[in-house]
Amino acid sequence: MLDIQQLHAGYGSIPVLRGIDLHITAGEAVGILGHNGMGKTTLLRSIIGALLPTQGRVQFNGQDVSRLAPNQRAKLGMAYVPQGREIFPNLSVTDNLRMGWVKRGRASAQDIDTLLDNFPRLKPLLERMGGSLSGGEQQLLALARALAGDPQLLLLDEPTEGIQPSIIDEIADTLTVLRKQRSLTIILVEQNLDFIASVSERVMVIKRGQITGEIPREHLTDLDTVSEYTGVSSTP
Amino acid sequence: MSTVPLIETRNLNMRFGGVHATRDVNFKLSDGELRCIIGPNGAGKSTFFKQLTGQLRPTSGQVLFRGQDITGCQPHVPARLGIGIKTQVPSLFNGLSVWENVWLSACRVYPKAKALEVTRDTLERVGLTNLQKSTAGMLAHGQRQWVELAVVIAADPGLILLDEPAAGMSDQEVRRTADLILEINKSHALIVVEHDMSFIRMIAKMVTVFHQGAILTEDLPDAVMNNPTVRQVYLGKKAA
Repeated sequence: MLDIQQLHAGYGSIPVLRGIDLHITAGEAVGILGHNGMGKTTLLRSIIGALLPTQGRVQFNGQDVSRLAPNQRAKLGMAYVPQGREIFPNLSVTDNLRMGWVKRGRASAQDIDTLLDNFPRLKPLLERMGGSLSGGEQQLLALARALAGDPQLLLLDEPTEGIQPSIIDEIADTLTVLRKQRSLTIILVEQNLDFIASVSERVMVIKRGQITGEIPREHLTDLDTVSEYTGVSSTP
Repeated sequence: MSTVPLIETRNLNMRFGGVHATRDVNFKLSDGELRCIIGPNGAGKSTFFKQLTGQLRPTSGQVLFRGQDITGCQPHVPARLGIGIKTQVPSLFNGLSVWENVWLSACRVYPKAKALEVTRDTLERVGLTNLQKSTAGMLAHGQRQWVELAVVIAADPGLILLDEPAAGMSDQEVRRTADLILEINKSHALIVVEHDMSFIRMIAKMVTVFHQGAILTEDLPDAVMNNPTVRQVYLGKKAA
């Protein structure tokens, strides 16, 4: 489904991605692990088109999307939940979800209700402004809004950030169910090792803008082993 | 002997329309203490912080800092009195360098020459010297968290509020942040809101649990994590 070849990208004259190769098949869930500043978010931004590559290619369902804008990639079936949520603070929860639905037409109240079957915590909050929700509730809204577009490929940048432990478990369960129900493909950037292990089938390590290896899921419970894979230096 | 708490709230309430965000919160923190606050999403933790810093005017109740009533003061008043906050989403000057962000903070409380010295020392203390020339807006989220922490401590506040300081950090970075917070606590009082329970275990001496806007319990970390109500409403099935 997604074929990334020798992808280079950066900000101005600062290179961040230095030749990423990544091949993901439909229905797969792939975790990306690495320290801060290694290029995890830049990789997701490059896949969705928020950042255009300086070299290399991104193919989605056989189509070269390397030069397409984010809205064009969204129409093809990609969705992105950025770090920091970026919900619309001055729109209600319902209107935030309608914005996610917009490429499919106008969402009815029934559509929203059905969508929220997987996010029951949002149901009592529909009339609240997005900005008035707690951090964790905003994170759930961002995830539900992304799924409103019925994507084939879901890009998640630290979806557990700011969320209480019990809801993290629920999100892991929800993503697993959605993946089976919709054959959803997921790329997950995450620091929560339990979460990445429970959602991902394989976990790739990114270091200084390159994929440097793969961590077997069973090794994610051993922090020392994870440190060996991701590199010992966490200082900037 | 009675000592005045560093910060104290008395029957603190906050209502947003029909939403009762904080309910009769009575909270005390002593000078030099490190307190962790946990609680479900929407429990009122961030609202509580905003009431302490003057970003929100309480519907009723009092906030006292070193015995002085600061209830409903404009945010610059608690800041000048010595309350510093690192917010959940880092709020830096994205177009300025790491050095400039920290230096501006130091300039708020120190004369120019001293501010330069404090900036250099703070960047070294937080481990950001190598990134001092980087533009803040270009940094990864976790690195921005450290920069904001440096911005807060450069102003040498008496009380530091940290809203999710370990969010978006790898395990090694979380451990490093925990060490840093424990080191800062040698000279400063802190209140830390965090969901990462491994991080809480690394730093916490006493934990306050918020639930539905009120304080559910205050206890040592192990007692809190074994509290059946806390496990039910917050920790969930994988509770430690």
